[in-house]
Amino acid sequence: MVNKKIKLFLILSSTIFIFFTLYLGLNKNNYYTTENIVYKKIENFESYEFFSNKKINFKNISPDKKYIILNIWSSWCLPCRKEHKNLTELRENIEADLIGLNYKDKFENAKSFLSELGNPYDIILKDENGLISIEIGAYGVPETYLINNINKKIIKKYLGPINEENIKEIQSLVNQ
Amino acid sequence: MISHLGSYSLIFCTIFAFLIILQSAKLIGNQSKIFLKKIYTIITLQLFFVIFSFSCLLIAFVSSDFSNITVYNNSHTEKPFFYKISGVWGNHEGSLLLWLLVLVLFLFLFILDTKNYDNKYKLLTVIFQEIIILGFLLFIIITSNPFDYIFPVPLEGLGLNPILQDPALAIHPPILYIGYVGTSLIFSSSLAAVINNTVNSEWAKQIKKWVFLSWIFLTLGIMLGSIWAYYELGWGGFWFWDPVENVSLMPWFCLTALLHTILVLEKRNALKNWTIVLSIATFSLSMSGTFLVRSGILNSIHTFANDPSRGVFILTFLFFLILLAIIVLFIYLENDKKNSNNFNILSKETAVLVNNWFMMYFLSVVLIGTIYPIFLEVFTNEKISVGPPFYQKLMIPFLIPFFIFMSFGPRVKWIKDKLKKINYTQIIVFISSLIIAYIIFSNSSVSYLFSSFLIAASIFLVLNSLYDFFSKSVQIPQKISHFSFSILILSILLNGIYSEEFNSNMKVGDELKFIDKTIKFKGINFDEKDNYKLLRGDFEVIDSGKNTLRFNPEIRIYNQPVISTSEADIKTNLFNDNFIVFTLLKDNEIFNVRYQHKPFMIWIWISIIMLAFGGTLAVIKYGK
Repeated sequence: MVNKKIKLFLILSSTIFIFFTLYLGLNKNNYYTTENIVYKKIENFESYEFFSNKKINFKNISPDKKYIILNIWSSWCLPCRKEHKNLTELRENIEADLIGLNYKDKFENAKSFLSELGNPYDIILKDENGLISIEIGAYGVPETYLINNINKKIIKKYLGPINEENIKEIQSLVNQ
Repeated sequence: MISHLGSYSLIFCTIFAFLIILQSAKLIGNQSKIFLKKIYTIITLQLFFVIFSFSCLLIAFVSSDFSNITVYNNSHTEKPFFYKISGVWGNHEGSLLLWLLVLVLFLFLFILDTKNYDNKYKLLTVIFQEIIILGFLLFIIITSNPFDYIFPVPLEGLGLNPILQDPALAIHPPILYIGYVGTSLIFSSSLAAVINNTVNSEWAKQIKKWVFLSWIFLTLGIMLGSIWAYYELGWGGFWFWDPVENVSLMPWFCLTALLHTILVLEKRNALKNWTIVLSIATFSLSMSGTFLVRSGILNSIHTFANDPSRGVFILTFLFFLILLAIIVLFIYLENDKKNSNNFNILSKETAVLVNNWFMMYFLSVVLIGTIYPIFLEVFTNEKISVGPPFYQKLMIPFLIPFFIFMSFGPRVKWIKDKLKKINYTQIIVFISSLIIAYIIFSNSSVSYLFSSFLIAASIFLVLNSLYDFFSKSVQIPQKISHFSFSILILSILLNGIYSEEFNSNMKVGDELKFIDKTIKFKGINFDEKDNYKLLRGDFEVIDSGKNTLRFNPEIRIYNQPVISTSEADIKTNLFNDNFIVFTLLKDNEIFNVRYQHKPFMIWIWISIIMLAFGGTLAVIKYGK
């Protein structure tokens, strides 16, 4: 009899627990917005350098720079092609390193993409299966992040290809 | 006017539901037939009013009565007639009304089916079923009344999302709902049987056809959703492990387990408690499905309702039913004396139990993958996304023992079977499946040891199920369903391993090479249809044998609401599907083109239909 009561208690309490969790879950916002991710710290990850295939730790990237710009790109992504000249322009006019994260790409295709359009990146990291981008919180290519390189926190995130206005905004944020 | 009628008949139904519950509760001790007749009359009336109310909504949709807010939000005068009808359940309010209709209809059919059964059992089933009906009625009336009206009456409606304008999707909800709602009857009747202390062979025999019926519809409903995803979304897949897909798969695992267990209860009068637990779990999972889909707690294409009050209502109601079931079980359920431990290790009983363990394992994987992200987010505010790799990594390794077990399971006899010392046929079959798997893999670029074992195991299952066709100890419905299941699994695996995809940006006139094929983009032309404009592409795919396939995929731009969709052009034959889908990237000039080669696609659909057909034969057989 006691056994039965314990069982009942356990089943009831877990049912009630599930109920309240789901109840709380109902009240949360379940749409992804870029605001969700801003001021989030990017956890350290390991990747390989695009050309040399050397292992690189994200936390050791550009130690002398206060800011870095992380750009997720791919050779198969048409908007990336479009944003490329803006990226090149941005890199030339800013005191920050531009880090490329090559998302789910084939090495040969990516290389010919860069030889055709030029390579604005200081470092390119590989994300062959797309896991790093997911960890960061990306949900498409291209995406661009302005990151405080000292505490690795995201300052601003841009969805889709960056434009002239974005460039000005990034410049003013970095020059502050 | 018509909306008012529909609305009032729902209120009548609510009153009837109260009446039936009260009357039935009063009558439980009484065996008089006259009073029972009265309850049947009220149930018939209730059915009439639900049908009436549903017809009102149907008429409102067909006649494009935009004073009704549901019609306004989801229909449009220019919409084809067929989709005006399917628009009735293509939205939150209407789909709940459909759910209610099926609930009441099933109760009515159940009453007709159980003429000669014990009154107390019948009345208790009616009470539980009416509690569920009442819950849904209140839910509809309070939070999601399909008959709300707007004034001034708008001239034109907002239209149905074009992605939902698809024949498979038009019948997907009703079929799936019949499956879901069928489980409600299993729930009610199992609770009634527990209270009445008649969980026995006779009950199993009676409820069995309802289990099969729900299972058939659930299977077909899931398949239709999957067909829609394959043809309409044009992503080339048929299963994406989307939370909402998972939600329909969970009751399916549970129901499949129940389908096997109920036979043990029928034949051997054993596994009573387990059958009851499965019955209750199946319905709870179906209800959770409704909750997860309708509350907006998950973000998915199926999410209609974003009103949290609706979510709270279903959640509360769901847990009320679960608590009710737990309390009933604790008060009335006796200890199962014929414990599963007493089964002989080599018996059909054990085989069914092993099947159940596998089903429960698959169920847990899907359950955790679907629910865990919600829990994690509530407690840590962290968003994670659980995708196909999770499910594949956790499920696929277990498929190998599952297939091997399933090859033998159906042949084991009840109570106790003899183990032959060496079964040469089996060894030959096993070796030949390994050889076939080897041949398949030696001809392809894929060569993983693991995949070849997986394929070998599934070929072994196919051969064994084929062998069972000539065995006398296996029944015909079971032969068909098991064989179709083995074909299904084999086609899914081969499809997964051999699918090829080409994805590139192309301009008209471009010609690209892909493995041994050449893909030519020959041109585009424009056209205009009733409710959309279209852009038709002209592609040619030439393979190494110089065979040419022409493709005409479309990009449709709907006018109400303005949405563009991509229609894949799919060429199907017995061995593979080839398809091209393209999307607009820039100025009618540059397109993203995806060509896919999917082997054995058609066999996935054929085998699911055969699987359900096996179930149908069982229902016909048991229905007699």
